[in-house]
Amino acid sequence: MDFNKKYTPQTWPDHPEQVTLEGKNKFLGFWLFLGGETVLFASLFATYLALKNKGPSGMEFSTDTLFELPLVFIMTMILLTSSLTSVYAMYHMKNHNFRGMQTWLAITVLLGFAFLGLEIYEFNHYVHLGFTYGQSAFSSSFFTLVGTHGLHVVIGLGWIILLMLRNAKRGFSLYNAPKYYTASLYWHFIDVVWVFIFTVVYLMGVVG
Amino acid sequence: MSSIAKKKGFGATIWDYLTTVDHKKIAVMYLAAGGLFFVIGGIEAMLIRIQLAQPDNDFVSAGLFNEIITMHGTTMIFLAAMPILFGFMNAVMPLQIGARDVAFPFLNALGFWLFLFGGIFLNLSWFMGGAPDAGWTSYASLSLASPGHGIDFYALGLQIAGAGTYIGGINFLVTIINMRAPGMTYMRMPLFTWTTFVASALILFAFPPLTIGLFFLILDRMFGGNFFDHTMGGNTIIWEHLFWIFGHPEVYILILPAFGIFSEIFALFSRKRLFGYSSMVFATVLIGFLGFMVWAHHMFTVGLGPTANAIFAVATMAIAVPTGMKIFNWLLTIWGGSIKVTTPMLYALGFIPSFVAGGVTGIMQAAAPLDYQLHDSYFIVAHFHYVIVGGVVLAILAAVHLYWPLMFNQMLSEKLGKWTFWFFFIGFHLTFFIQHFLGLMGMPRRVFTFGANQGWDLFNLISSIGAAFMAVGVIILVVNIIITVVKNVPAGNDPWEDGRTLEWAIPQPVPFYNFKQTPLVRGLDTFWIEKQEGNKVGMTYAEPLSDIHMPNNSFIPFVMTLGLFIAAFGALYHGEKDWAIPVLVLGIAITVGSMAVRSIKDDHGFHIHKEDLMNDKGGK
Ligand code: HEM
Ligand SMILES: [Cu+2]
Repeated sequence: MDFNKKYTPQTWPDHPEQVTLEGKNKFLGFWLFLGGETVLFASLFATYLALKNKGPSGMEFSTDTLFELPLVFIMTMILLTSSLTSVYAMYHMKNHNFRGMQTWLAITVLLGFAFLGLEIYEFNHYVHLGFTYGQSAFSSSFFTLVGTHGLHVVIGLGWIILLMLRNAKRGFSLYNAPKYYTASLYWHFIDVVWVFIFTVVYLMGVVG
Repeated sequence: MSSIAKKKGFGATIWDYLTTVDHKKIAVMYLAAGGLFFVIGGIEAMLIRIQLAQPDNDFVSAGLFNEIITMHGTTMIFLAAMPILFGFMNAVMPLQIGARDVAFPFLNALGFWLFLFGGIFLNLSWFMGGAPDAGWTSYASLSLASPGHGIDFYALGLQIAGAGTYIGGINFLVTIINMRAPGMTYMRMPLFTWTTFVASALILFAFPPLTIGLFFLILDRMFGGNFFDHTMGGNTIIWEHLFWIFGHPEVYILILPAFGIFSEIFALFSRKRLFGYSSMVFATVLIGFLGFMVWAHHMFTVGLGPTANAIFAVATMAIAVPTGMKIFNWLLTIWGGSIKVTTPMLYALGFIPSFVAGGVTGIMQAAAPLDYQLHDSYFIVAHFHYVIVGGVVLAILAAVHLYWPLMFNQMLSEKLGKWTFWFFFIGFHLTFFIQHFLGLMGMPRRVFTFGANQGWDLFNLISSIGAAFMAVGVIILVVNIIITVVKNVPAGNDPWEDGRTLEWAIPQPVPFYNFKQTPLVRGLDTFWIEKQEGNKVGMTYAEPLSDIHMPNNSFIPFVMTLGLFIAAFGALYHGEKDWAIPVLVLGIAITVGSMAVRSIKDDHGFHIHKEDLMNDKGGK
């Protein structure tokens, strides 16, 4: 298999990510990895639910007074939109439109950074209220759950940026198509996890 | 790239192993490193039995005793049994399904180095202020209270090693799903491949909870978290749940490949098709599935309540059904076979009664009310050594003899092999059978000594004598290996003469590209079928001879691991030394940086050309 072979929109396969054996393996392996990641987050969620609002006697913090939904709602919208833009990017990859894909990925990355900025702002705000990492079991489990998600966002951003830079001059090949594809899968996964965080941590925390 | 065998210098050989991505070489490294840890764990076991050989002994202090039992359990499970099994999976599974290599050769190397460095990190604790001392289960209420850095070494070391295992699990899964040779349908896969498959699936879902548990432990001990500290609202039981949600599947991660090895042995040396193949597959999958539903049987006495205890008791007992199916299938495979009692077969025959005994005590413990009596006594110690030594370790020793000619093209001495077996087998029963009674007489596990007036002297002494027998067995094995390696007599193709599955069809020594042409699989026991039909060239092939694509060697897995290893020291000394945070950052930068290099660089591997292949008679 010649990895550097150049394709045109006419010869470009329908599922460029799954043409080579390497691509097939990456595709499957990454899905399996996400299966494991699901269990990882499930463990974090379970722990959070067990420790929510638990702290030293007389703790003043609780989910209904701490969280503010408007900010988190904006964050949710931003991340959901970024998932949509990454779908556009993949659509352009299928159509062998490299510029289109890079553009939509760039937008995805910008939205990702916006989300990250708001999250840092939010964490900073809590810390200033005295809700620090070591303040209680509640705070530890909250920051660990949401922070692990945040770390995934950071990794996702780094990964997508690296891919965009690396391939900027090279264009599409059957070698990098699976990489783009799995990166976008990862981004969707991050988005899905956030939907659960929004529901379980924030919504159920304030109104539940 | 020519494939003609060359003599390499010592330095070149080392470099070759440091950078290799070949599943066969990685297998050898797993076996060597796992074997070394097995010996270390065995020495720790001997120290335990020396201390307990007589009452009121002061051979080791109470604190040191705790460190020794903790390191013994942790080493044996994570650094000996699993890596050695991984070694066999690497060596055998790709050949069994006729694959060129595993799906991700690069990650395969990465997984190995992570395991090795995690293991080294854990063992460095001995020299850097003391080993972990809260038991291999490291219950949070104990481990948070443990002074010094022992527990930190445990948490960080297992985190690194665990990442390696997780990567390995995904790799095997993808290999088996995507890279089977033409004709190798799922229901033609040899049992060892099947059990590798299910064990890998268990790894995929069982290791993340452990990762999270260890992560919490690291955060609590080193970074000011409060997960397990009840004065801050934490809950120590969370650790127990996370640990056992991992821990019970883990015991099946160990035993399923052992079942696979024995299934191969029974069929091979009874010279008969495995009895009830499809029910074996079904039982394997069912055991894997049920394995996730029973973790709370380790927590009967925690106080989850009668309803929870009852549910978990019934679920636990249910596992005995598929396990029993397997036992009967093996017996019926031997039944009427033309049996050859080789060393591997001896182990297989010894395995059946030993493992059944362990299963029976398991069922006893599964009865929650009875477990209130048995829990944390020597009865438990007897149970899990019957299943782990009587199952997993016997399988490993059997596989060392069985697959040695496949991996090294040499035959271990059958005579010494049988000596090893008898010493080990007798020693094993001598050591652990009597521990059931010690448990029933009330001796708690994990005590560093006992009084002369408690009536436990004789049984403990017998148990220690048994341990010495096992040690002799292992020493004979080491001697056997040394003699065989020095003599270096080629074993040749199909060394056991009755090979049934694909791995025995490959020429010896195994070429680094495996099968020259991908074989066509025409049924279960495909090599046997070919031999029955008088095929003299080995296999029927699915493709004409053509160029073979191979991955390049890479030093990056090693460097990535080194980064994490360095970072772990930073985390360990966090809040204590000024250099801790810079070292942590440096280590992570090394890892992330080398990952970036890997993904930016073009690395398409190379081709072995048809002409070179035609001239190649094999050889590494
Ligand atoms: C029929 C099968 C089995 C049943 C019903 C069973 C049941 C149990 C139960 C109920 C316990 C908890 C006892 C207690 O702590 O009070 C236990 C402990 C244990 N079992 Fe099994 N078991 C079975 C097979 C196995 C196998 C195949 C392995 C390993 C290969 C294994 C390894 C262990 C270990 C390591 C422990 C002790 C963990 C510790 O506390 O340190 N068991 N078993
Ligand atoms: Cu269990």
